[in-house]
Amino acid sequence: MWARLVAIILKELQQLRRDRLTFAMMFGVPIMQLLLFGYAIDTDPHNLPTAVVSADDTQITRTILSALQTSGYMRVVRHPTSEAEANALLQNGEVQFVVTIPSDFTRRMVRGERAQILIDADATDPLAAANPLVAAKPAIEQALSRDLVGPLAPLVGRPDAFDLVIQRRYNPEGKARLNIVPGLLAVILTMTMVMMTALAVTRERERGTMENLLAMPVRPIEVMIGKIVPYIAIGAVQVLVILIISRFLFDVAVEGSFGLLTAGTALFITVNLAVGFTISTLTQNQLQAMQASVFVLLPSILLSGFMFPFRGMPVWAQWLGEGLPATHFMRIVRGVMLKGAGLGDISVELFALIAMLLVVSALAISRYRVTLD
Amino acid sequence: MALAIDVHDLVKRYGSRTVVDHVSLGIGQGRVCGFLGPNGSGKTTTLRMICGLLTPDGGGGTCLGHDLVRERDAIKRQAGYMTQRFGLYEDLTIRENLEFVARVYGLDRMKSRIDQSLERLGLATRQHQLAGSLSGGWKQRLALAACVLHEPKLLLLDEPTAGVDPKARRSFWDEIHAYASEGITVLVSTHYMDEAERCHEIAYIAYGALMARGTTSEIIQQSGLTAFIAHGPDADRLAPRLRDAPGVTAAAAFGTTLHVCGPDREALQRAIQPFRDDPRLTWDEAEPTLEDVFIHLMGQARDNALED
Repeated sequence: MWARLVAIILKELQQLRRDRLTFAMMFGVPIMQLLLFGYAIDTDPHNLPTAVVSADDTQITRTILSALQTSGYMRVVRHPTSEAEANALLQNGEVQFVVTIPSDFTRRMVRGERAQILIDADATDPLAAANPLVAAKPAIEQALSRDLVGPLAPLVGRPDAFDLVIQRRYNPEGKARLNIVPGLLAVILTMTMVMMTALAVTRERERGTMENLLAMPVRPIEVMIGKIVPYIAIGAVQVLVILIISRFLFDVAVEGSFGLLTAGTALFITVNLAVGFTISTLTQNQLQAMQASVFVLLPSILLSGFMFPFRGMPVWAQWLGEGLPATHFMRIVRGVMLKGAGLGDISVELFALIAMLLVVSALAISRYRVTLD
Repeated sequence: MALAIDVHDLVKRYGSRTVVDHVSLGIGQGRVCGFLGPNGSGKTTTLRMICGLLTPDGGGGTCLGHDLVRERDAIKRQAGYMTQRFGLYEDLTIRENLEFVARVYGLDRMKSRIDQSLERLGLATRQHQLAGSLSGGWKQRLALAACVLHEPKLLLLDEPTAGVDPKARRSFWDEIHAYASEGITVLVSTHYMDEAERCHEIAYIAYGALMARGTTSEIIQQSGLTAFIAHGPDADRLAPRLRDAPGVTAAAAFGTTLHVCGPDREALQRAIQPFRDDPRLTWDEAEPTLEDVFIHLMGQARDNALED
């Protein structure tokens, strides 16, 4: 009995050794997950980009701004001069927070007239915005206690010395589903579109119909487009179903332009199908194609900002994430659906997707063979 | 007569292995040429090079007057290639498969062509059945119908009758001859000797090299083999004892008789001498069979391959 068992174990190991893709999956995926979940992913992200609109430059406001930064959560990267400019930065996702200090802040505070600071937060991802907002007030109070001496000493410790007005933009109630549902659109499309096309082509090879197809006068581009088009239609139906469910079950409506969302989605679907087609030219059979699809899918879930706040990921993971179509589409969908972003706000992401489409299609066409060589 | 296939010194290598080694082949229009050789001898690779599925590493030539490498598309439009493995879609119906092929070739009068083809096949009543549900013989006939749908001038068939019963094979060959009589050139690979004998001419390839060319009788004559048949009780039992004797190419039992052959008459007679004295056996000289010749050629090709 043991001899037979050993025989089977050895055979399995030998086969495994030849199946490099499975091998890579078995080691690559757990290592990636371990690195990400283990220590790299920060669900409490720090150093979030912040814009400051300050019309009041005094010792006290300087102390407040530096207190926000030393809390570790905010990093002032922009100093817009107008409110409109600040809003645009929030809209296209360049900053997570906008801190606005009115021109009469110091004067009102000294007089004890309830001075106000305004923090606008991009709350599409409630997880990323929560802690910084909680930490802001204590940090400011602590820092001010050192500045408020002499005649101002009575202000220390008074809860009404100043007010911190917080606006959670785009997702005022901090609902996670508002963030999750548009993200799901990206994940579901990646999952089905990549895998379906990858399988559609390898199926031909595996069943022996590819040789017959190649013996007929069809061109590679015709096969590629012919294989992709039916799945674009399937993808469109998927999107429609997801949007309808989001609207009626989760109460997530499309804030921005429906046409823009449609265009972005169509582009994303096409990129995914091209990725799937490329996978099919690189793999030998359906099983390999399936495994390779998972290789694309897992990072798309983990690194695209779907699972974790993108800015909470380590820099190397952010770079990997930037290379995934899902990351850019995630920003497009969240932007258009939740923030009502316009073409200008998401143009960078659209360009990224177009660039990916061109690179991937070129790879696919160069790999596709008219002959069996 | 114009040559439908005219290729010279075709070479195909995979890594350091030469799968097809300087094969030249000329086949006249309307001829049925049998392509024979052991497994892995390069038959499929040669067929694929002729129909443009593989790029030759050396040599070249024309197929239906078109250059093998540069005018691939023209060849594909005028030739029909039937793969060894069933190459149509099992999850489409018979009619849907034919419609797909018709559309790929951009054929006019699609409906009437397909109706005609189904009629000729005898599948008109089963046209909405899935191709995957057909038996081996019917699948082969469907595959043939699909590759003649665009009215090609040349048919390249790769072991079309492997695993098909004798009756279906017979009718398949009747069809091949019917196409040939319409002027279509056919190059068909096979392992069956009876099929080889139904061809106008034969090309025999082993270890990538073309070993013999001509009609059945020409090939047998050229081989210079001598053969003997022994009748009598237990004559067939002698086969294993004679097989490895010097001067014997092949010794095989056919029912209760024994068939031996060898290239050198004297040596062969010396080999069978010990058994000739057995009074229960009668020995007759016989005509070598095509199979004898092929086994002999295969041995020669192997020796050549080992020398290289």
